Amino acid sequence: MDLVINIVEQLINGLRTGSIYALIALGYTMVYGIAKMINFAHGDIIMVGAYSLYVFYGILGLPAAVAVILSIIVCAVLGVVIEKVAYKPLRNAQPLAVLITAIGVSFLLQNLALLIFKATPIPFGSIIRVPSVQIAGIHISGITIVTLVVTTISMILLTLFINKTKAGRAMRAVSEDKGAAELMGISVNGTISLTFAIGSALAAVAGLLFICQYESLQPTLGALPGIKAFVAAVLGGIGSVPGAMLGGIVLGIIESLSKAYISTQLSDAIVFGVLVVVLLVKPSGLLGKIRIEKV
Amino acid sequence: MIAVKKYQKLLINIGIAVVIYVLVMLAIQFGWVGRQLLSMIVPVCTNVMMAVSLCLIVGFLGELTLGHAAFMSVGAYSGALVSMNLPLPGWLSLAVGLVVGGVVAALAGVIIGVPVLRLRGDYLAIVTLGFGEIIKSVFNTLGITGGASGLSGIPLMTSYRNFTLVFILTLIVVVVVSNLVKSRQGRAICAIRDNYIAAEAAGIKVSKYKVMAFVISAFFAGVAGVVYAHNISILKPGNFDYNTSIEILVMVVLGGMGSIRGSIIAAVILTLLPELLRGVADYRMLVYSIVLIVMMLFNNSKFKEKLMARRQAAKVSKEA
Amino acid sequence: MALLEVRNLGISFGGLRAVDSLDMTIDQGQLYGLIGPNGAGKTTVFNLLTGVYRPTEGIITLDGQNLVGKKTVEINKAGIARTFQNIRLFKNMSVMDNVKIGLHNHFKYNLFTGILRLPGYRKVEKSMDERAMELLKVFDLDKEAGNMAANLPYGKQRKLEIARALATEPKLLLLDEPAAGMNPNETEELMKTIQFVREKFKMTILLIEHDMKLVSGICEEVTVLNFGTVLAQGKTGDVLNDPRVVKAYLGE
Repeated sequence: MDLVINIVEQLINGLRTGSIYALIALGYTMVYGIAKMINFAHGDIIMVGAYSLYVFYGILGLPAAVAVILSIIVCAVLGVVIEKVAYKPLRNAQPLAVLITAIGVSFLLQNLALLIFKATPIPFGSIIRVPSVQIAGIHISGITIVTLVVTTISMILLTLFINKTKAGRAMRAVSEDKGAAELMGISVNGTISLTFAIGSALAAVAGLLFICQYESLQPTLGALPGIKAFVAAVLGGIGSVPGAMLGGIVLGIIESLSKAYISTQLSDAIVFGVLVVVLLVKPSGLLGKIRIEKV
Repeated sequence: MIAVKKYQKLLINIGIAVVIYVLVMLAIQFGWVGRQLLSMIVPVCTNVMMAVSLCLIVGFLGELTLGHAAFMSVGAYSGALVSMNLPLPGWLSLAVGLVVGGVVAALAGVIIGVPVLRLRGDYLAIVTLGFGEIIKSVFNTLGITGGASGLSGIPLMTSYRNFTLVFILTLIVVVVVSNLVKSRQGRAICAIRDNYIAAEAAGIKVSKYKVMAFVISAFFAGVAGVVYAHNISILKPGNFDYNTSIEILVMVVLGGMGSIRGSIIAAVILTLLPELLRGVADYRMLVYSIVLIVMMLFNNSKFKEKLMARRQAAKVSKEA
Repeated sequence: MALLEVRNLGISFGGLRAVDSLDMTIDQGQLYGLIGPNGAGKTTVFNLLTGVYRPTEGIITLDGQNLVGKKTVEINKAGIARTFQNIRLFKNMSVMDNVKIGLHNHFKYNLFTGILRLPGYRKVEKSMDERAMELLKVFDLDKEAGNMAANLPYGKQRKLEIARALATEPKLLLLDEPAAGMNPNETEELMKTIQFVREKFKMTILLIEHDMKLVSGICEEVTVLNFGTVLAQGKTGDVLNDPRVVKAYLGE
C-alpha cells in the first residue's frame, strides 16, 4: 500500500514538473512551427520572468497579482523585441546562423542578469498561499495544485486561441505556408511577433511557478528547464502543439520516477537517453509530421 | 608557376609555426610573461585542437553539434586513467594514454554517428547536446572516474614546461585536418555539406563520410582531452559541460566556419582574451555574446553583400 | 540494343498514383524525351530511376542489371547520372572541385595517403585535375575552374551540372529540364552541347523538357506522360502531332 501511495505521489510530482516543461515546450514548438527556428534563448525568458517577479514583488513590494501580470508582460515584450532585433534580419539565412544567434541571445540574457543580480543565489519566498491537501493518504502540496490548475488553464486557453480565433487561424496558416499566407493578406510579421509574445508569456508563467517551487534565483536558472523543455518539444514532435504538451508531461514523469527509483544523478542521462531512442525510432518525434525534402 | 606558389604557401606556413614555437619557447625560458599567461599556453593549444577538430564537423560537414566537449571528456578520462595506471615509464604511458584517449573518443564518435545518419540540423544538435549530458552524468556516477569530486593525481606531463610536445601535437591536429579537407575524402565531406542529395546522385556514400568526419573529429577532441587532463591534473565532469561545447563552437563560428586558420586565430584570441582583460572579466561573457550576435547579423546583412560586391568589382577592374 | 528497360513501373504516395504502369525502352545511344504537362510525374520517374523513391511495383533494368531496390549511390555506380530541375551544385566549392566530386569513384587513394600527402596523393590529384579540365573544356568552363560554383551565371551552372554528371562516367545521362530559365539563344547553344556530348561520349540521354523546340529538334523518341500514365509514345514527330497530346497541352 505504501508503495502504491509512493508511486502515485511520484507520478503527481512528475505531472507537476512535466506540466511546467510543457508550458515552456509550447513556446519552443510554436516558434518552431512558425519561424522554423529553435529559439535557444527561450529558456532564459523563464529566468527573466522569475527575476521580474522578484523585482516587482520582492523589491518594489507591488501586490502579488500585479507583479505576476507585469512579469508576464515584461517577458512577452522581451520575446517580441528579441525576434525583431536578432532573428528577423536572419529570416532567410541558413539555419545554423539563426541557431548561433539564438545561443548568443541566451548568453546575453544570462550575463546581463549576472551583472545586475550577481551570481550568488537570491532566496525568494513563494507567493503561493494554498494549503496542501491529503486525499486517501496521498499528500499533494499547494504549489502542485496551483501548478496543475494554472498549466491546465493555460493549455486550454492556448488550444482555444489557436483553433477558434482569427489570429490563431493566421498562425496556423503562416506555419503551413508563409508565402501563401502573405498573399491571403495575413501579416506574417505581425503573426510571428504574436507567436513570440505568447510563447514568452507562457515561459514567464512557467518561470513564476518554477521559482515558487525552488524559492531561489540564479542567472542560469532557466538553462536546464529550458533544455529539458526543448527535449520535451522534440520528443513530442517539434512544431506540434499537442506534442509539446504530451512530451512535457512524459518527460516530467520519466524524470520523477527515475529520480525516485533509479538514481538522482542519472536522471538527466535517462531523460536524454529516452529522447535519443525515440528520435532513432521515430525521427519526427511522437506526434510530429515528417517533412521530406523535395528532389 | 602554380607549383612555386604552392611551395611558397607551405614555406610560409612552416615559417609561421617555427616563429610561434621559438617565441613561446623564449618567453618560457626568459620569463617574459607572467605566471598567469604561462598557465594559458597549454589551454590555448588544447582549444586550438578542439576548435580545429570541431571545424571539421561544423565548417566542412555542415552539421551542428553541441556535444564536442563530451568527446574531450571521454578522451581526458580514459587517457588519464591509462597513464595513471599503466606500469610503464612516464613518457611511454602518456603516449599510450594519448592513443587510448583518442581511440576511445573516436569510438564515442562512432556511437554518435548512428543518430548522425538518421537526423539532421536542429534534431541532430539536440541529440548531440543530450549525448554530452549523458556522458557527463555517467562520469558523475562512475566510481572509477572519482564521481563528482573528480579524478585527481594525474601526472603533470603536458604543462607549459613540456611545450614542445604540446606544440607538436597541436601541429599534428592542424596539419591532418588541413590535409584531410583538401583530399578526396575531404572533398566528399564538403560536397555533403553543400548538397547531400546531389552528392549521393554523384556517387558519394553520404553515410560513410559523415561517420568518417565525426570519428576523426572525435579522435582529435579526445587527444585534446588527454593533453588537458595532464595539464590540470584533476578532472571534474563539470569541466566538460554544454557551455564548454558552446565556447568551442563560438570559436569555429567567429573563425568564419570552414576556415581552419580562422578557427585557430579565434581559439587563441578567445582563450587569451579573459587574461588580457582581467580588469573587465565580468563583462567578458557579455562581450562574447554581443560579438556573436553582431557577427551573425553582419554576415547575413545587405551591408556585407554590398561590401563584397564592391570588393569583387575592384578586383575585376584591377585585373582588367 | 536496349540500354534502359522500364516495365510496368508504378508508385503511389498515400492514395495518389504518381506514376502508373509505365513502360519505356531506351536504346544505346538514343536521345529520348520525357514530356508532359506540369505535375504529370516526369521528375518522379527520374527519382524512381535514380533510387530516390522506391517503386511500388515494376521493373527497371540498365544493361540487363536490375536497379529496383538499389540506393542512389549504387545506381550511380551502375551507370545512371542526373541533373536536377532546381540546380543542385556544391555552391561553396570551386567549379573544378564540383567536377572532381563526379570523378570521386574513378580516381582513388586511401585516407592516409591523403592526410600524409604520400606520393600517391599528388599523382592521383594531378590526373584528376587533368580529367576535370578536359570535361570543363567541353562545356567552355575551363576558364572558370577556380571560381566558386555559386558565382557562375545561371546558364553555366546548368552546364556545370551536366559536366559533373558526365564525370561519373555514366551509361545513361538524365537531364531534368536542362533549358529551364534559358533564353532562346542559350537554348540553341544548349541543344548543340547536348548533341555534342552525345557524339563525343557516345552517351545515351533521357531528358525532361518543356521547350518543344528543343524536344522536336534533338529527341528521336518521346514518351508523353499525363497524370502519371503514358499518353503517347514513339517517334517524336508522330507523337507531337497526336491530337491527344495536343489536347493535353493546349486543352480543349
